Amino acid sequence: MEGPINKIKISLDGKTIFAPKGSTIVEAARENGIYIPTLCHFEGTDPKACCRICTVKINNRLMTSCTTPIAEGMEIESNSAELNDLRKSIVELLFVSGNHFCPTCEKSGNCELQALAYRFKMLVPRFPYSFPRKEVDASSPKIIKEQNRCIACKRCIKTIRDEKGRHYFAYKNRGQHLEVVLDPVLGAAMPDDLARKAMENCPVGSILYKEKGFDEPIGTRKYDKQPIGSEIENQS
Amino acid sequence: MTIKQEINQNAFGNDKNRLMDILLSINETQGYISRKNMLDLSQKLGISMAQVQETVSFYHFFSSKPRGKYNIYLDNSITAVMNGRAEVKEAFEQCCETSFGNVSRDGLFGLFNTSCIGMNDQEPAAIINNKIFTHLTPYRVKHLVEDMRAGKTTDELMYENFGDGNNADPDVKSMVSNHIRKKSIILKKDYIPFTFLTTKLKEYTPGDIVAEIEASNLRGRGGAGFPTGMKWRFGRRTEGKHRVIICNADEGEPGTFKDRVLLTEYADLVFEGMVVAAYATGSDIGLLYLRYEYRYLLKFLNRKLTEMRKNHFLGQNIGGVQGFNFDIRIQSGAGAYVCGEESALIESLEGKRGEPRDKPPFPVEKGYLGYPTIVNNVETLATAVKILHHGAEWYAGFGTKDSLGTKLLSISGDCRFPGIYEVEWGTTIREIIAMSGAENVQAIQVGGPSGMMIGMKDAGNMDNSELMKWYKPSGMMIAEKFFDRKLSYSDLPTGGSIIIFNNHRDLLGEVVMNFMDFFIEESCGSCSTCRNMPIIMKNKLRKILDGHGIRKDIYDLLNWGKVLKASRCGLGQTAGNPVLSSIFHFRHLYEQRIQSLTQFDSGFNLDEATKETKKYVHRKPVFHHFKTSETWKDQ
Ligand SMILES: Cc1cc2nc3c(=O)[nH]c(=O)nc-3n(C[C@H](O)[C@H](O)[C@H](O)COP(=O)(O)O)c2cc1C
Ligand code: SF4
Ligand code: FES
Repeated sequence: MEGPINKIKISLDGKTIFAPKGSTIVEAARENGIYIPTLCHFEGTDPKACCRICTVKINNRLMTSCTTPIAEGMEIESNSAELNDLRKSIVELLFVSGNHFCPTCEKSGNCELQALAYRFKMLVPRFPYSFPRKEVDASSPKIIKEQNRCIACKRCIKTIRDEKGRHYFAYKNRGQHLEVVLDPVLGAAMPDDLARKAMENCPVGSILYKEKGFDEPIGTRKYDKQPIGSEIENQS
Repeated sequence: MTIKQEINQNAFGNDKNRLMDILLSINETQGYISRKNMLDLSQKLGISMAQVQETVSFYHFFSSKPRGKYNIYLDNSITAVMNGRAEVKEAFEQCCETSFGNVSRDGLFGLFNTSCIGMNDQEPAAIINNKIFTHLTPYRVKHLVEDMRAGKTTDELMYENFGDGNNADPDVKSMVSNHIRKKSIILKKDYIPFTFLTTKLKEYTPGDIVAEIEASNLRGRGGAGFPTGMKWRFGRRTEGKHRVIICNADEGEPGTFKDRVLLTEYADLVFEGMVVAAYATGSDIGLLYLRYEYRYLLKFLNRKLTEMRKNHFLGQNIGGVQGFNFDIRIQSGAGAYVCGEESALIESLEGKRGEPRDKPPFPVEKGYLGYPTIVNNVETLATAVKILHHGAEWYAGFGTKDSLGTKLLSISGDCRFPGIYEVEWGTTIREIIAMSGAENVQAIQVGGPSGMMIGMKDAGNMDNSELMKWYKPSGMMIAEKFFDRKLSYSDLPTGGSIIIFNNHRDLLGEVVMNFMDFFIEESCGSCSTCRNMPIIMKNKLRKILDGHGIRKDIYDLLNWGKVLKASRCGLGQTAGNPVLSSIFHFRHLYEQRIQSLTQFDSGFNLDEATKETKKYVHRKPVFHHFKTSETWKDQ
């Protein structure tokens, strides 16, 4: 089969699709109306595969599709029972390793973790809850950093920077003690638009803008109305 | 000079890529890195304070709180545990009047645990202010602490003899011993270092060198086994303003210490390997990443580099080849096993937390500061020189068909002669047991914790085919049934860590738990899987060891462990191996401990859950079980 010019041919779950050279697997799939679940990845930024939810199989090797560029003739397996169960386990892992109480969370309905849990029909996580003791940092005049809900996706680290390129957010510690913290100096004088952007870019309810709550009531928010991924799957 | 002045005047200027060096110097002179230091640095380097803290808080040997005048980092590798670590630890706590993880009230002593420091052949060992103390006993600890209280320097603390060979060099002065037990083609001192460089290099084009190494089939000795010649060819192929050769001396896999010995006794050979690799790949920047634990070798290694510069083995037009310019700098790490992973190592070299990068791109395409970068293990580079000197054909006379040449093994654990053995590929586990003088062997760990455990009994009762599909160990714990297996890339590939356990060892409670703790401690934490799953698996194993296990728990471990395969780097991918490989080879140990007829056990432990309360009320709680109608009738 001849494809459009400047596009290369790959096979995704046995289906032949075409996408521009240089796109990642996630982008290629999206362009063809196929949704590969992602969580840590934030469109328009360099991916840093932290959550591992977008894992696919290429040549029997597990690869993250948000970081892997497509190559001519690549054969990718994504929507299999095995990989979907892997993704579901990761969602469950994130739930048990933090304190995610959806009914009391400001982000409910706009939360991508919650939406993925619905998509994968998670009822009770298979892993035991760990109920870790976490801090809430409300020292900044603009935002609250709610560590109980942080999934360490790195989105705020990558996207919230000042004009000199300095990071407002950074990792602290390693392993099980890893946290995303707000810089005390920059955080104390955070411009309004950056604070709002930080809240919006956070996939969960870990960054909350202080002065104003949400316009949209719970029940009518983004993922209350349609499941995550459906905007891609229903586009054609 | 105040620290602030020192920050402003250090040799590294405003280069944020040299943050590691800046932090190392503050940590060394002041004992810790304060919030104020981080703030000053952030202003000077043009990054936020949180970014400085990101690096500081990642590394084990950086402290953001004041530490003691003497800081004792006691190795917690499994061989230390098997050689009486518990008593040594207790002695330190008693004599220093503080507990591990803390600084004594008088500010004199800081006591800390630390992952394997590369001294498995002379445990229990500790680092005290950059000096290594080996073969510790409670008796020795008592004297050490007395001397420290008397204000002696770390040099004065040592009244043992210096170790053999260069351990006694005035720039090393260490009590570490080499324990070289078996020499073959690499370790044999039949070669005067730099002979190849001075006499033969001119005759070769860079392409010839790559071709010779490719012909020898040399594969990376750092564990992953990537063909070295191919790596050099890829590196050469990529355009870049600079190209970089990195020698990976992070040696963090518990149980390996061969790179320590190579750096002590064969440093010239290793550096010559870097020069040759630079020539072959057209590199001009050379970096050796030295793990913090081996900092006692830093001065000595830097002296070697100075000598090389003097002899024109580094610098301009090396070996008489016009335009071949290359130099080497040594970068110290600061305590993080994951920095041995090549892309994490590069991040660390750039002054950041040692978090592995996503691949592709691979370092050969885009590495240190974006330049094409070739990372090789210490042993790989030393071997390359010998191959070039004698020729690939000569090299093919050793080893097996699929694994040519020899391998340095670091053997430790329950055996009479722990140490370094250079063996030909194809050596069997049985031969290893015999040559190291081990008896009553229950299990052998090949390839460190991320490897596999091999044992004697078992193997009949397994339904592991599904598991084996997922489970590609980089090493393993081996049972006796498999002792005829051979070390080779097709059978038992290994980075060289061999730990032997005799019949008295508690494989699950002692060994597997120790290995799981290692991965939990050393994960960089960026992958959701590697950050969380090892803890869940460890808790599950604890449940089984506590007598609350049921059969489903074993299956859960097997299934849950698979999630780790989706991790970014080898650390996370192999972090389940201690559990998975022990289930595979020692299933009976699990079966013995579970309640075979029980269908459900939440793992709830009444004693544990009421521990706090019991302390105050001074009595034991009793369970009020629900009574069935049967028992009502009885009454
Ligand atoms: C978690 C982890 C730790 C590693 N530690 C080391 C190490 O200490 N030394 C080493 O040479 N390679 C280590 N490696 C392998 C390196 O990533 C890399 O493959 C190696 O340095 C390449 O050199 P070689 O091809 O000469 O073996 C490690 C890999 C992983 C995933
Ligand atoms: S597998 Fe573990 S150590 Fe490796 S990148 Fe992921 S979190 Fe870090
Ligand atoms: S979306 Fe790819 S790893 Fe998180």
